Amino acid sequence: MPAHILASQPTEEQYLNCIRCGLCLAVCPTYREDLSEITSPRGRVALARKGLEGELKISSNLIEQMYACFNCLACNAICPVGIRPADLALDMRTLQERIRPKTWKKVLFGGIFPKPERLELSTWPLCLYENLGMRRLFYSLGLRRLLPGRLRDMEAMLPRLPQRPLRQMLPEISQVNGDERYRVGFFLGCLQSLIFADESAAAVRVLARNGCTVVTPKETVCCGMPALGFGKSEQALQQARHNILLFEKADVEFILTDCATCGSTLKDYGKILAGDPVWAERAEAFSKKVRDISEFLMSIPLEKPKGSLEARVTYHDPCHLRRGQGVWEQPRALLRMIDGLEFVELDEADWCCGLAGTQLITHYETSLKVLKRKTDNLAATRAGYVASGCPACQMQLNVGVRRASLDMQVVHPIALLDRAYLSITFPAKTAGRCIHPNQEITKVTTTNKKEKRWTSRSSPYSKK
Amino acid sequence: MDKQILALLKKIIGREGVLTTPEDLAVYSYDGTFERGCPDVVVLPCTTDQVSQVVRLAAQAHIPVVTRGMGSGLAGGSVPSLGGIVLALTRMNHILEIDRANATALVEAGIVTADLQTAVENLGLFYPPDPSSIQESTIGGNIACNAGGPRCLKYGVTGNYLLGLTVVLADGRALKAGNKCIKDVVGYDLLALFTGSEGTLGVITEAVLRLIAKPKFVRTALVEFPSLEDASRTVNAILTAGIVPAALELMDETAISCTEEAMHLGLPLDVEAILIIETDGSDEVFVLSEMETIADICRTQGARQVKVAKNELERSNLWEARRSVTAALARRTPNKLGEDITVPRSAIPEAIRRLKIISYKYGLPIVIFGHAGDGNLHPNILFDMRDPAQWAKVGEMVKEEFTTALELGGTLSGEHGVGTLKRPYMQQALGPLSIEIQKRIKQTLDPLNILNPGKVFPE
Repeated sequence: MPAHILASQPTEEQYLNCIRCGLCLAVCPTYREDLSEITSPRGRVALARKGLEGELKISSNLIEQMYACFNCLACNAICPVGIRPADLALDMRTLQERIRPKTWKKVLFGGIFPKPERLELSTWPLCLYENLGMRRLFYSLGLRRLLPGRLRDMEAMLPRLPQRPLRQMLPEISQVNGDERYRVGFFLGCLQSLIFADESAAAVRVLARNGCTVVTPKETVCCGMPALGFGKSEQALQQARHNILLFEKADVEFILTDCATCGSTLKDYGKILAGDPVWAERAEAFSKKVRDISEFLMSIPLEKPKGSLEARVTYHDPCHLRRGQGVWEQPRALLRMIDGLEFVELDEADWCCGLAGTQLITHYETSLKVLKRKTDNLAATRAGYVASGCPACQMQLNVGVRRASLDMQVVHPIALLDRAYLSITFPAKTAGRCIHPNQEITKVTTTNKKEKRWTSRSSPYSKK
Repeated sequence: MDKQILALLKKIIGREGVLTTPEDLAVYSYDGTFERGCPDVVVLPCTTDQVSQVVRLAAQAHIPVVTRGMGSGLAGGSVPSLGGIVLALTRMNHILEIDRANATALVEAGIVTADLQTAVENLGLFYPPDPSSIQESTIGGNIACNAGGPRCLKYGVTGNYLLGLTVVLADGRALKAGNKCIKDVVGYDLLALFTGSEGTLGVITEAVLRLIAKPKFVRTALVEFPSLEDASRTVNAILTAGIVPAALELMDETAISCTEEAMHLGLPLDVEAILIIETDGSDEVFVLSEMETIADICRTQGARQVKVAKNELERSNLWEARRSVTAALARRTPNKLGEDITVPRSAIPEAIRRLKIISYKYGLPIVIFGHAGDGNLHPNILFDMRDPAQWAKVGEMVKEEFTTALELGGTLSGEHGVGTLKRPYMQQALGPLSIEIQKRIKQTLDPLNILNPGKVFPE
């Protein structure tokens, strides 16, 4: 996360001490695919420096190199000097937007992302596509194959979509099952509400089951990462202030999220608003309360699930969870709590999956190459499930699994825990629909026969 | 660059592999030093044949050709000082064959050394040379600089593992030298000639490497010394006791504190020096008893504590820390100049003493770490290049460092190579006769002086 977001441009200390040792080349997913220096963190730092010092023009090609960074933070983590090339790339994007702002970004990040209802409206066509049965038809008739490759991959990102956004379904306050031990806020991310509604509903259920009264403010807006990623840091700061205010009102001990990207951004509010005299302290207080859901669950006395899950499961580390928040042991420990579950470690588990927010759309070829490395490693695990605590990663893994025709389901670790609690092999009846946290769920142990008709390998309808 | 030449290059390599934007050229203007030189064009070939055609074209047009791997060199060797074509071999990164029966590997020059090591270790084989830049340097660059590393104390340097080469000569012809045999005395040793030639005699595109069996057991210890002098004397005490550890590394207090800041491993911050000592072998009992003997020697010589790594994680952390030292020093100042003077190992305590005097005399820190076991030290001067007064001092200090090395019977460079940085001292180090012979060799192989001009030899 850029620490100098309020400064007019990146500062000298962000690049001055880079001695070009090249260690970052070893861990950079874009460099390791393209093998040309300009796609490396060291190259980007050199370009930023030359641009800022006037040796090179801040040309569109120079800025494009900053957008080619996947912001996976691997370079930040490995640099012995403490240079943060990934942050510098984001700061350069911000600088560009200050010099030459783009109208479409203003519309998208100023007019749509901060307004949940507009964001929901914009994904309406997708909901129709899913819920009018068109998507099912598409899969069953094999029409998907007729789509051009790129569009097919975009389509493949989506899991089974919910009928309505979770934001509209989830009550503001979800009551605890039993005695209240914690009063927690739940930050419902955009992707979670619009696309992975099942998983966040499961997360709220798991929390309620473990002594939490869960407050989900309805007016939360995007955490700000997309805006930051596209250089609109002012918008990101506004969104941050809005969210801080909202959770101050909610009066909660912890602020939880099941999205790695949201989590890392929320935890950085304190840092990005540090230069704002009015908000610095409040932002810091907010960030101190933020926990990733697996981080939180593993820090409380967690109920061991009675149900079991006979499956081989592996785990992919989201960059913004492992390096962004230092959370990587917890989700593994959480999965290992489930009886019957055989955990198998993924080779290069913390290597970027290649989505990085939007890179599958903006840098399609590179994104696919990075993804290929991930799917090769996934295939080697012979796991039936790949868990990952990040909706964006899950979308990209969906693409990978379908491209490589792997017989593998992509899930959030908490969703697996929820299934183990509910002792069901798959929430067939409730898939695609939100369940009220306190709603009684009937035990489903076999796959619904009617559902099975639509099952095909690596489709969003396939069941375990 | 001439449009016609660019068109021809694109015809040879394809558009993807010919880079000409100002941004692309800018990022090929440096290596791991502060040297600079902007190329006119960068090409990324994928085959030896493409390299041949590019060099032939360059020879016809008299354009300099600078070969480059991952650009982590520490002597300015791959910086295109005089412009021209940068031939970046990073896309030639395939392992073509691993011959288990003969324990050899045939690889392309652009393969990352660590990737090769992982691949052969998965088969129970071992490629020992381990420069600290192992993750960010290529085999081609390792051969061209005859890279060393910690393990070279026991196992020898890159050149000791070279059995064969494919080299594109200055006229574009490809020479194949060597084979899979361990012994070969037919004709002059051309492999030795190209090893350490820093891209001035030919472009190495493929190599046959010798592999050995992977040692089954390994023990690594971190030894803390309250006194740097005690630590430096201990090195000789161990080696003269008839023990050859796999590695024997020294780090002084600044090296320790910078690395600890970067890695947070709990390295001791209240000692003047640490030694990292590793023993390995195929007999566990032997490896353990060797480590015990070493620990005893260390304690007698004044070690405060000997900590043996408990598991593989601790061990790999220790080595990662050691590999990070050189970069971690830049936490202190924007620039640093790391040399790699080498002295006969008995002279290490004296060399360290004199380096400290140089540092004191000029008032700039010299951090000392390195492969003490083979007499290879890395004195790193920390400075800020933007201050002309400091920059002037650095020049004087380097000169004195080199004089010290030569006076003690040592050499300018153990593993980094000459590049541009050590050129001015070549005459002093080698004498006129040696320089003359070497210049004639260069003249024979590269009469037009197009291969990495402006490097190694003084004008």
